[in-house]
Amino acid sequence: MEDLLREYLPILIFLALAIGLGLVLILAAVVLAVRRPDPEKISAYECGFNAFDDARMKFDVRFYLVSILFIIFDLEVAFLFPWAVAFQDVGLFGFWSMMIFLAVLTIGFAYEWKKGALEWE
Amino acid sequence: MTVATLAFYLFACTAIAAGLMTVLARNPVHSVLWLILAFFSCSGLFVLVGAEFVAMLLAIVYVGAVAVLFLFVVMMLDVDFAELRAGMSDYLPVGLLIGLVLLIQLGLVAGQWVFADAAPELRTAVAPIPAEVENTRALGRLIYTDYVLLFQLAGLVLLVAMIGAIVLTLRHKAGIKRQDVLNQIYRERHEAVELKDVKPGQGL
Amino acid sequence: MEDAGFWTSYALPGLIILLQCLVVTVCLLVSLAFLLWMDRKVWGAVQLRKSINVVGPFGLLQSFADFLKFAMKEIVVPAGADKTVFFLAPLISFVLATIAWAVVPFNAGWVVSDINVGILFIFAVSSLEVYGVIMGGWASNSKYPFLGGLRSAAQMISYEVSIGLIIVGVLITTGSLNLTRIVEAQDGAYGLFSWYWLPHFPVMIMFFISALAETNRPPFDLPEAESELVAGYQVEYSSTPYLLFMIGEYMAITLMCALMTTLFFGGWLSPIPGLPDGIFWFTLKTVFFFFMFAMVKAVVPRFRYDQLMRIGWKVFLPLSLGWVVIAAGLAQYGVPGYARW
Repeated sequence: MEDLLREYLPILIFLALAIGLGLVLILAAVVLAVRRPDPEKISAYECGFNAFDDARMKFDVRFYLVSILFIIFDLEVAFLFPWAVAFQDVGLFGFWSMMIFLAVLTIGFAYEWKKGALEWE
Repeated sequence: MTVATLAFYLFACTAIAAGLMTVLARNPVHSVLWLILAFFSCSGLFVLVGAEFVAMLLAIVYVGAVAVLFLFVVMMLDVDFAELRAGMSDYLPVGLLIGLVLLIQLGLVAGQWVFADAAPELRTAVAPIPAEVENTRALGRLIYTDYVLLFQLAGLVLLVAMIGAIVLTLRHKAGIKRQDVLNQIYRERHEAVELKDVKPGQGL
Repeated sequence: MEDAGFWTSYALPGLIILLQCLVVTVCLLVSLAFLLWMDRKVWGAVQLRKSINVVGPFGLLQSFADFLKFAMKEIVVPAGADKTVFFLAPLISFVLATIAWAVVPFNAGWVVSDINVGILFIFAVSSLEVYGVIMGGWASNSKYPFLGGLRSAAQMISYEVSIGLIIVGVLITTGSLNLTRIVEAQDGAYGLFSWYWLPHFPVMIMFFISALAETNRPPFDLPEAESELVAGYQVEYSSTPYLLFMIGEYMAITLMCALMTTLFFGGWLSPIPGLPDGIFWFTLKTVFFFFMFAMVKAVVPRFRYDQLMRIGWKVFLPLSLGWVVIAAGLAQYGVPGYARW
């Protein structure tokens, strides 16, 4: 237990170091560089036009669908990880139990494909 | 006071503060970002109790997938959040009630775990952690054999979620050209091109 | 006496860890400067032009000059931007790309943090890299960044799944999530023929392509397709925030090269039995894959977005899932090279 945590400590320290370095870099520009903003400079880039409305607009529901499907497949992968690690321990029963699980999800995948949820227009 | 204790308080305080900010933040996108911080701290807490696999899963599934969905939804929906916020006081009692019920449930679980007469045996019965086996493998040994029914049910739940998401959100717009790759590849020359012998001065 | 205990058990190990982290970060940043140089030289060579050759011999110091230039530039914050998130986005992409290196084994035992779930850690961190892009796109409050961020997010999560499945395929043969152990498992009598690229050849190719898509490299650099989106989520960024985005991006690319080396090409192991193993081989292999990334950028035209999504979901996902089943079947029935007992 103690050993396990000891291996995680460097990650915490690394994280702190990386955040520190990033902040230093941003601050370096703040300190070193001149800042003379004017209305033209700070307006949003729009190929020469003035921006007519808020850029944060509604977008296609398809992105939403992609991210739901991603969650589902991510969970599937999450179930596969311990299985792959314990592969030799779970034996034939574990092997077929996973195959059934994958078959069920493949049905879902086939349905998705047939329905055209993976088409991008 | 060891480093682990220090880390525990760090993560726990961050989790609570981030959770509070999730509710209180004015901007919904900020709310989601605070939520992500809360997930992160929880994943740190999981590492501290030795559940490294669950900790990584929390980061992968919740932060990497679910919160992305939340961000999409918050960015996509055109909801007047100021209006929603005005209704906050109406929902406050219900929210508090749910919170209270959750707290009581947690208390019951903790009571069973910590104060019950048979607590030590219960703990060893539920979590037989052999020292030499790493966390992930220990999980793998159990899920696919001892808990096979639950595992298959989880598969079915995922299937239902997949079908449900498609039924609810998929609307095909009419009149949009799609690419059919096989069709493209199998197109023969004679279907596409026609050779005409054009006489000079006559045209077609 | 208590003080002495504190020094030997906390301060000294802490200091050593800090030094290790610092050494890794500095080495990474310096090698990144030269990799960037190599990247540009490769494109120059492919396009029959001289490329950078002014600063230092062969233009070797160009990246350092660029760095100074970035640090001296003005930070322009767009008027409608969400300031906190605007600065948080590049910071996040830099930090995530950096900390993933904590678990990469450079040589036997040369790893900052030898955790049991190393590969999951990298998988988690690389799935979080989406946030830098989405937040950058959203915070700028400008149309091009917003669209670029959105596209990029959908692209990154689509390829995330197949990367996960490919990793699972390798894990079946290895049986450990620890990267050091994954490399050690590839140590065999036949040198480079004991490595996993041979049994897992199809997924090795798929991993390379998915890595291109995951890091938004050409031919999948749709989020920054300059002909339509100008520069995607980075449009409004300048100065060091932009630099952080760029370092993060290149760090992630190098990480993918290192991961490819570790998973399929035996990490620090030497390809010929008899030659000593060491960090030299790890570096050589990683630089080679980086060279491949640069070549792909130079020779392959950009994909269209619907084609990109089609490849991700309709080709890579079923193929990598199929490979998991095949590899598991082969391992279950004891085919050598797949079974590990």
